[in-house]
Amino acid sequence: MRLTRRLHTPWWLPITIPIGSVIAAFLVGAAVLLVAGHNPVDTYIRLFERGFLSENALSSTLRSATPLVFTGLAAAAAFRMRLWNIGGEGQLFMGAIGASGIGLALADAPAAVVIPAMILGGALFGALWALVPGVLRARFNTNEIITSLMLNYVAALILAYLVLGSMSPWRDQSPGTTFPLGARLSDSASWPQLLAGLPLLVAVIVSLGVVAGVAAWMRHGDRSRTLKRYVLGSSAVAVAALLTVGVSTDGPSITVPFGMVVGAGTAVVVWVLYRETRFGFEVRVISDSPAAAQYGGMNTTRKIVVVMVLAGGLAGLGGASQVGDFSHLLDPYGLPQSVYGYTGIVVAALSANSPLGVVLAAFLLGGLSNAGFSLRGLDFPLGLVGILQGLILFFAIGGTVLIRYRLRFRRRAHAKDDGLRDGHHTGGSTLAGAGVDGGGR
Amino acid sequence: MNDNLIVVVLASAVFYGTPLLYAALGEVLTERSGVLNLGLEGMMLMGAVMGFWTVQYVNGPGWLVLAGAVLVAAAAGTVTALIHAVLVITFRANQIVSGIALTIFAGVIGLSSYIGTRAGVGGAPLAHHFRPLNLFGLKDFPVLGPILFDQHALVYLSWILVLACTWYIYRTSLGLRLRSVGDAPETADAAGINVTMYRYVHTLLGGALAGIGGSVFSLAIALNWLDGMTAGAGWIAIALVIFGFWRPVPVMAGAYFFGGLSGLAYVLQTRQVRLPPEMFSALPYVMTIVVLALVSSGWARRRSTAPAALGTPYLRET
Repeated sequence: MRLTRRLHTPWWLPITIPIGSVIAAFLVGAAVLLVAGHNPVDTYIRLFERGFLSENALSSTLRSATPLVFTGLAAAAAFRMRLWNIGGEGQLFMGAIGASGIGLALADAPAAVVIPAMILGGALFGALWALVPGVLRARFNTNEIITSLMLNYVAALILAYLVLGSMSPWRDQSPGTTFPLGARLSDSASWPQLLAGLPLLVAVIVSLGVVAGVAAWMRHGDRSRTLKRYVLGSSAVAVAALLTVGVSTDGPSITVPFGMVVGAGTAVVVWVLYRETRFGFEVRVISDSPAAAQYGGMNTTRKIVVVMVLAGGLAGLGGASQVGDFSHLLDPYGLPQSVYGYTGIVVAALSANSPLGVVLAAFLLGGLSNAGFSLRGLDFPLGLVGILQGLILFFAIGGTVLIRYRLRFRRRAHAKDDGLRDGHHTGGSTLAGAGVDGGGR
Repeated sequence: MNDNLIVVVLASAVFYGTPLLYAALGEVLTERSGVLNLGLEGMMLMGAVMGFWTVQYVNGPGWLVLAGAVLVAAAAGTVTALIHAVLVITFRANQIVSGIALTIFAGVIGLSSYIGTRAGVGGAPLAHHFRPLNLFGLKDFPVLGPILFDQHALVYLSWILVLACTWYIYRTSLGLRLRSVGDAPETADAAGINVTMYRYVHTLLGGALAGIGGSVFSLAIALNWLDGMTAGAGWIAIALVIFGFWRPVPVMAGAYFFGGLSGLAYVLQTRQVRLPPEMFSALPYVMTIVVLALVSSGWARRRSTAPAALGTPYLRET
């Protein structure tokens, strides 16, 4: 087997790889299940029933997917510039602390004031938390992987301190409570729950798939302007038609958290920001060729800080949504248990750092973890979901190699003529810097 | 005299620093070959759970079972590292993402917790564990006794390993080849060194040492298995490699410094110091950030000797 450098990447490959990764992960997962003495077909059927195949299942899946949209965007926005922000976990905690603090402080204000203030507060706290690794990386070239990760543990300890270790305003101090809990926010701080018909939900998801597919098709390979316009126009018509049919068709209704709406909107904003603006262009240049960026007079240092702060703000929004949509208090038990920040990295890798893909991947992984959670105890192997996520991640990473290289299995006749010249090594041109930079070492 | 706060903290620095030392020493070998493995945390957790599992399920004389458990832990770390090696050396995948993936796959909600909960190893009292050896009967020797002579066998093994690694990296021809693979793989390849093989071997060695480091947690420190029990030690170990300029002896000093910080947190808590315990627990993490920022700026940056080809896949030109 040998790898050779690709000159052209077929347009369908970037879409096929994530789908193939998921399928391959499930196949290997089936082998793990067989070894562990479970029936894989049966287990997977139950997994999908609980994750995707009923109104209740879809409502809970959207609940689990909501934070993953934000942490996935936080990872993807930074990974785009080869900034390895793995501090989504801590940034989400800080967002929850900020949003709940503001919600508690504005207890008497109307919802129209509290909810936007919570959203802003969450984003601000997350952004400030990410400012630390961002500034250290920009100013001293300090490895942001380690600093952002260390801050996850610090944020978890702050979270524990505020509710369990001190008499802070975040802790419920009403007399008679023996078990420490977060203080409850007022009703006006509860984010609205929306009811959407199933057809609309399906239409939104299919449209996202169409847009992501068209975007991948446009990005790779040379095509004439007319063809591009034609495809773009017809896909816009198709998406509009899908959405109209979705809105007008009745069907079983599903609870959509307000945070999911904010998340999907944010994903579109991030997509436009990275695709259509000068900022997005500079980020791409800095990531592809730091030397060219410097030659072109781009301010790399400032961009590092801005991208980290953006990522932190996105994860912080996820924390605000946790408080506003679901817990309505600062929850020091549930937040660290759910590891949304780390799952966000899987989401980003599976979506190849595309903001719209993040929404789709978050839906898939949210469904998996929701199903895993609700099946727990019913003879369902604990940790299987984590293993599946890890496998999806490995295949997605391995798959990205196919974008740059062509995999060739050597045939015997072929081996004869270049066996001497090539030795046992794999061929291809050198690729300095195509893999990774040192990550800020 | 041996109850003196400083002596107790120094002794606990060695005690709590040992798992960090194993993992960081392994990472030194891996990174010297040009491979960055951020999956230390996952490999340590695999070592922790498999070592614990061996002790709970294998019958035999205590020392033999413990030795076997350490070998099993090393094997678990090696197998986990093999995934990373295949992805980044053979398939040239992004080393950073692959390492993070390894931690997610093997870590807190992944394979190690699956094995641990499925085998039901947690909770039950540990059948055998590593005890202080009282080397040469010098346990009560003033000051040095508790620090140097009252430790368990894996501490002494780690000292031997530090010496062995120093000798290997700087004094043998194999070590010279290892350094050349990490600094200039093209040149090494031209000189007839098998770059791929060197990278595989040292990535796997790094995994083995990380696995042993994990087993120190379950078999010598906590004497129990808990999901995610390393609590970021793997990441601190990666930072240690940078602080230690990719050299075994400075890495050892760094490991004991961070061990001392963890030890200080426990010691002060037991001596009823009225400060929030969260503050002490946060100390190692905050100090990692501070020291890393100091090392990456100023005088230390000039001394920093990161292998030149660290993180870059090697492809021979044809």
